[in-house]
Amino acid sequence: MNFETLVFYFLATILLFAGFRVVTARHPVHAALFLVLSFFTGAGLWMLLEAEFLAITLVLVYIGAVMVLFLFVVMMLNLNIEKMRAGFWSNLPLAAFVGLLMAIEMVLVLTVAGRTIGGAPVRHAAGYSNTKELGLLIYTDYVYPFEIAAVILLVAIIAAIAITLRRRVGTKHQDPSWQVSVKRKDRVRMVSMPAEVGPAGTGSLPPGAQKEGE
Amino acid sequence: MTIAVPNLMPALPEIFVLTMASLILVVDLFLSGKNRFISYVLTQLTLLGAAWITVSTGSLEVTHTFSGMFVDDVMADVLKMMTYITVSVMLVYSRGYLQLRNLFQGEFFVLLLFAMLGMMVMISASHFLTLYLGLELLSLALYAMVALQRDSSPATEAAMKYFILGALASGLLLYGMSMIYGATGSLDLGNIAAAIQQGTGSRTVLIFGLVFIVAGLAFKLGAVPFHMWVPDVYQGSPTAVTLFIGSAPKIAAFAFIMRLLVEGLPGMMHDWQGMLIVMAVLSMAIGNITAIAQTNIKRMLAYSTISHMGFLLLGFISGSLNGYSASMFYVLAYVLMNLGSFGMILLLSRQGFEAENIDDFKGLNQRKPWYAFLMLLVMFSMAGVPPTVGFYAKLSVLQAALQAGFLWVVVFAVLMSVIGAYYYLRIVKVMYFDAPQDQTPIAAQPDISMLLSVNGMAVLALGILPQPLMALCAYSIQHSLL
Repeated sequence: MNFETLVFYFLATILLFAGFRVVTARHPVHAALFLVLSFFTGAGLWMLLEAEFLAITLVLVYIGAVMVLFLFVVMMLNLNIEKMRAGFWSNLPLAAFVGLLMAIEMVLVLTVAGRTIGGAPVRHAAGYSNTKELGLLIYTDYVYPFEIAAVILLVAIIAAIAITLRRRVGTKHQDPSWQVSVKRKDRVRMVSMPAEVGPAGTGSLPPGAQKEGE
Repeated sequence: MTIAVPNLMPALPEIFVLTMASLILVVDLFLSGKNRFISYVLTQLTLLGAAWITVSTGSLEVTHTFSGMFVDDVMADVLKMMTYITVSVMLVYSRGYLQLRNLFQGEFFVLLLFAMLGMMVMISASHFLTLYLGLELLSLALYAMVALQRDSSPATEAAMKYFILGALASGLLLYGMSMIYGATGSLDLGNIAAAIQQGTGSRTVLIFGLVFIVAGLAFKLGAVPFHMWVPDVYQGSPTAVTLFIGSAPKIAAFAFIMRLLVEGLPGMMHDWQGMLIVMAVLSMAIGNITAIAQTNIKRMLAYSTISHMGFLLLGFISGSLNGYSASMFYVLAYVLMNLGSFGMILLLSRQGFEAENIDDFKGLNQRKPWYAFLMLLVMFSMAGVPPTVGFYAKLSVLQAALQAGFLWVVVFAVLMSVIGAYYYLRIVKVMYFDAPQDQTPIAAQPDISMLLSVNGMAVLALGILPQPLMALCAYSIQHSLL
């Protein structure tokens, strides 16, 4: 067993464990965190397959953006954990059956068919960068569809903002440029009042406190 | 390392439209409500500039660029020019309507230009990827435009239906494309056609993919049995958006079918012919018969669109150059009539009032005889009464189908257009023989009224002298299909 196989089994074990915990974790936040772990180990497996670009995209996009958003949503929604877990045991037999079926199918595809799928990927030299190869292809042969895809994203942004942005009257918001230019006279009003002299017996209290107490 | 820069000249109109759309997006941020017309003027100038570029870079040869993903031929140039004209006319018609409904915003113009860019990409595509991306760009902008009127619940409902069914159709189309890719090993239309000619790839997989592609196309075109979204979207959208959805995208849809079926899959013509016949016959039947029962004119015109799409498909069924040019003529004539009819609805609408019921047209002759006459021309044309352009359009597709030997389809189509004449003529009857219910004076800006007159006259003029446009269609089809 060489080092690479060792790394593979190491990552695969963590991935399976994390995947299992996503389903079984009691708390949704924990489940989401385990999902992050499974994505991360999945990225590690891709790295082993020399797919660096995919691996890093998985980390950046899925962990860095999608899962963080997911966590926010999970934390902000007031989820009723008991209610969510209520159907766990009743759904388990069906879920286990489906899972088992999928596992059997995968084993069948990989073994019984009597042919190897794809075979081992071709090894590239140490200096080979598939990010660069991908970039070369995208920015030369596929530059036109790439640009159109970018325009589609722009349209999606415009559409989302145009449909959801509302300027309601009466909403309270702060304008920083007004906030910083505020002067003392806008906030504090000095009122000159004649000093009050209290009766001799209550000298222990300041005059103002006595007035408030009344 | 050197990277060969692709020849950008053929794609110059697209680049110009994209640049201007982005520019308008930024400029509009700095405009106050009073100066919003600057965005409008800029949009019109963009269309003018794109038209100028298309004319000046146009050539008679077929040019491929961007590693064969973009094609510039005569058909593309002609269809793009027609798209600019349509969008420009549509903008003029809807200006007043948009202003009154608080839709006269920068986003509207920007989305409009992006939708048009999507159509241009579709018209000039010679690769599955670009075809699909162009379609998505167009559809996404259209969904947003339908939903732009947020406070109107019919518009929101229409947008939701349009979005969900449109996404489904895109999925179908993409699945079909993946099948074809699996069978032929290429995404390039020319290579696919060659591979099918040589008999590479399993026939079953190819036909399987074709079924999905045709279903996706039918969804986008609004042909029966994939027409369910059309009436709701037409009725629910703001009329200006309905006008847009019903006009320019049909030109792009024509180009889409030309590229995908005629250029990409000519080797499977007998297979798609059969599917299109079923769709054409059903569209003409259901479209025309259901339209009779409608009281809402937008809904009625939606069903009329469905039947017109049936006629459009007749040209493709004939599978000849004649048929394709007849279809091209049909789509251009249809766009002209559609602009006229929805332009009139927009003209009669005013603040807080949508002239969307057939009753709203009652006694139009007594209120404004000239508008009634224009509407009469458009309705006659839709029904196919000579000497309007609609008659000649119907005649030429029927002729092409007859030449290809589809006698019973032609007989059926004629019968259906007789049924269809009923509901078009009902509008004419209502305008001329009923007493007006509504005596509010019709206030129209002079440019709208003038353009509408030109539009109505064009319906008549092209019906009397169809030869130039027909020759243009035939010429562009001949020089694009090699």
